[in-house]
Amino acid sequence: MTEELKLDLKKKACQVRMGIIESTHGAKAGHPGGSLSAAEMFTYLYNKELRVDPKAPRDPNRDRFVLSKGHTAPGLYAALAYRGFFPVADLPTLRHIDSYLQGHPNMNTVPGVDMSTGSLGQGISAAAGMAKGAKYLGKDINVYTLLGDGEIAEGEVWEAMLFAAHYHLDNFCMIVDLNGLQIDGRTCDVMNTAPVDEKAKAFGFHVVEINGHDFDEIERAFAEFHACAHKPTCILMHTTKGKGVSFMENQAGWHGKAPNDEEYKQAMGELNAAMAELEAAK
Amino acid sequence: MSEVKKIATRDSYGNALVELAQNGADDLVVLDADLAGATKTGIFKKAYPDRHFNCGIAECNMVGVAAGLSTMGLVPFASSFAMFAAGRAFEQIRNSVGYPHLNVKIAATHGGISVGEDGASHQCCEDFALMRSIPGMIVMCPSDDVEAKAAVKAAYAYEGPVYVRFGRLAVPVFHDAARFSFEIGKGEQLTEGNDVAIIATGLMVNEALIAAESLKAQGIHARVINICTIKPLDEELVLKAARECGKVITCEEHSIIGGLGEAVAALLSEKCPTRLRRVGVNDEFGHSGPAAALLKQFGLSAEHIEQVAKEMLNG
Repeated sequence: MTEELKLDLKKKACQVRMGIIESTHGAKAGHPGGSLSAAEMFTYLYNKELRVDPKAPRDPNRDRFVLSKGHTAPGLYAALAYRGFFPVADLPTLRHIDSYLQGHPNMNTVPGVDMSTGSLGQGISAAAGMAKGAKYLGKDINVYTLLGDGEIAEGEVWEAMLFAAHYHLDNFCMIVDLNGLQIDGRTCDVMNTAPVDEKAKAFGFHVVEINGHDFDEIERAFAEFHACAHKPTCILMHTTKGKGVSFMENQAGWHGKAPNDEEYKQAMGELNAAMAELEAAK
Repeated sequence: MSEVKKIATRDSYGNALVELAQNGADDLVVLDADLAGATKTGIFKKAYPDRHFNCGIAECNMVGVAAGLSTMGLVPFASSFAMFAAGRAFEQIRNSVGYPHLNVKIAATHGGISVGEDGASHQCCEDFALMRSIPGMIVMCPSDDVEAKAAVKAAYAYEGPVYVRFGRLAVPVFHDAARFSFEIGKGEQLTEGNDVAIIATGLMVNEALIAAESLKAQGIHARVINICTIKPLDEELVLKAARECGKVITCEEHSIIGGLGEAVAALLSEKCPTRLRRVGVNDEFGHSGPAAALLKQFGLSAEHIEQVAKEMLNG
């Protein structure tokens, strides 16, 4: 990856973080923590990886992305908006009674959303169905799905993994955000899902473990996904929940809480400073 | 006189899938959860092996996979026993199929207590209630082979989520295929009569016909109505029967809670208060036994319908 491209992606990830803060502040609710931890992944997916066109969001031959951890809709919406699927100015209407930006992704109201999700464990099954459908139809379509490390306690996740491996869905890429925190605390304390790498390998996946905030590593992970034949890929990305906003980082309390006006100002101040630094690096 | 032909509606389902594929339904795919032999999707699998995806014993994932397949332009029929489709995978049907209103058909076999020997764990008498509660869901329960095949084809042709319940037990074929027409949401009046209306679904329709025949011999004229589509209910037909008969009996192989009986009761309470009795499973679990004996024991029989009709007429 060129330094120029990396810098551009970093700026876009910073914009996504601003979108997350703008929308959750506007909603006075929502889930900033797990949205921020996946900001680089959302950014890379919608600007580098997915073959999608904001002008043709329902193109039947597009790649698909399913946000299985649907509560991190603010991250997905910000990435979609900055990619041109809908106006960035709409982000603060998140969760408003007259807004199309539902609290959890709705495929019928939000341009670019490929599956309605929110009930944990279900998105991955739909994604596996899409991947199977693409194979059945003989189409070159890749399907990606993002899960949380708390979410994978749902049994359905492992049912879907069995399915993806059984049908050799090498066009299927599951990404797990290992930010280590969930609503009730540390994932290792609430319900330990580790070691995820060994479990995913045992379930028949090609496993790639990366730092989810490093674009070089994200690029490498997807290169491995594309090179891997006959089996699905699982990207395990280690991240920091709340990444990019100092007081939200590594705080389970910011899983599902919106910043108040003062916190909003501080968060935006930090992100604007980060953006200015990136601009200066040019 | 020749014996009445008996066919289980699950067989009708498997055969109808093949007929659909033979007649140009190229986007049809079928999913099962390790019960292809019992749900009869195995009939389709034999004819079209590359269009039948076994999902293993994982019904929740199967429903999600069906949702995903439908977004790719395919028309999936996902099958298991009613208990595990409507029951275990309820929330997947609600959130991954119903909420996005996807073109997925949940085709559940082994509904009701006529499952028989397997006992209560497999005798689903709650599926109508569960499926009716999902906004936008079509809920059907065909009564015989002719209607079951028509319901499968109508479900395929309809764009949106559909739940269809089929039975394990072979049941008499009383419809004449040559003169039969089917429309989702339309009920069917089978006999003339103004003394009492018997509104039935599934295998109880044939029991209602037998009861009506017996009542007729005693000078009581019952109007038998077949309701295949439990949701949306054919309100016009039900209201007309209530107005003209003044007494209504509902019959279903389902709990009296949440099924056809309550759908009819709600309609009549709001639009045409009418004396009503519900024949169904009375808020209890079933148990093991031969299907025919169980149906009799739980009051899901022509004799019981006849008895209820007489009680209403005498009371």
